[in-house]
Amino acid sequence: MSELVQVLVNGEPRSVACGATLLGLLAALELDPRTVVVEHNRAIVRRPRLGDVTVAPGDAIELVHFVGGG
Amino acid sequence: MTTALETVRDTPFTIGERTFHSRLMVGTGKYRDNPTMVRAIEASGAEIVTVAVRRVDLDRSKEAGILHHLDPSKYFLLANTAGCYTAADAVRYARLGREAGFNDFIKLEVIGDQETLLPDVQGLLEAARILVKDGFKVLAYTNEDLITALRLEEAGVAAVMPLASPIGSGLGLVNPYGVRLIKRRLRVPVVVDAGVGTASDACLTMEQGVDGILMNTALAAAQDPPLMAHAMKLAVDAGRAAFLAGRMPRREVATPSSPVTGMLD
Repeated sequence: MSELVQVLVNGEPRSVACGATLLGLLAALELDPRTVVVEHNRAIVRRPRLGDVTVAPGDAIELVHFVGGG
Repeated sequence: MTTALETVRDTPFTIGERTFHSRLMVGTGKYRDNPTMVRAIEASGAEIVTVAVRRVDLDRSKEAGILHHLDPSKYFLLANTAGCYTAADAVRYARLGREAGFNDFIKLEVIGDQETLLPDVQGLLEAARILVKDGFKVLAYTNEDLITALRLEEAGVAAVMPLASPIGSGLGLVNPYGVRLIKRRLRVPVVVDAGVGTASDACLTMEQGVDGILMNTALAAAQDPPLMAHAMKLAVDAGRAAFLAGRMPRREVATPSSPVTGMLD
């Protein structure tokens, strides 16, 4: 249906639907928004706003969480 | 039952206006598996548990995040900035950690050298100032240099964390004088972080009068991590009690413990 745009997710190129929101991106990746923190072009996007922010071509998105560390 | 420890009159262990019961903090890295980690953390009695911030594995080839194994209502999760080599990176990771976590505490590391993982004190001070201004309670991993510790305190950090020896080295407390001096001069809590290898190292460290110890590899790389965690708990309690008790003076000559009078002819 919709055309695709290229973005960088965790440093890797990915195609997402044009007009997709960050929440939609998480759903496409089968990630629970409660378990990840989203950084969009170096700015943290809080959970309640994930559905408001749409991705644009060339956007850099980082999805992080806690792992074991000292 | 009255135990010796109940007679210990200790001051509360408070960091950033939060009081903790255990003076032992533990990391969650490098365990052979998660069940072993969970059992070791339980055996350590630690309340403060450190975690790192990393990318989610989008291919799911690795295990899920650490929160699947650690109950955040049971442990105080302390995010770190491990792996950051600049102040800017450390600030970025700290903000992501605050967002992922449940508090505004951050264990701040700014590493200066890949081989030794020794701190870059200039970057550390720069990041500490930014994060304190941003409302973080900063626990700053540093070396055993008094002047850096004083500057960190002036910057408003919640705790200063001098190393016993390099991260993951297990070399024990190499500069007890430096650590003791930092403890004597600072008002904020001093928690020794990194380098402890076994229980005697932990005990000796606590005997210097520091407020606590943070360790990871000493538990994770032990043959039996839960048993080592148990030993570390005892060692931290023993070292703290010995410090509070005040050790006897050192003498280089013997003094008899038994009476010198009343001997037979």
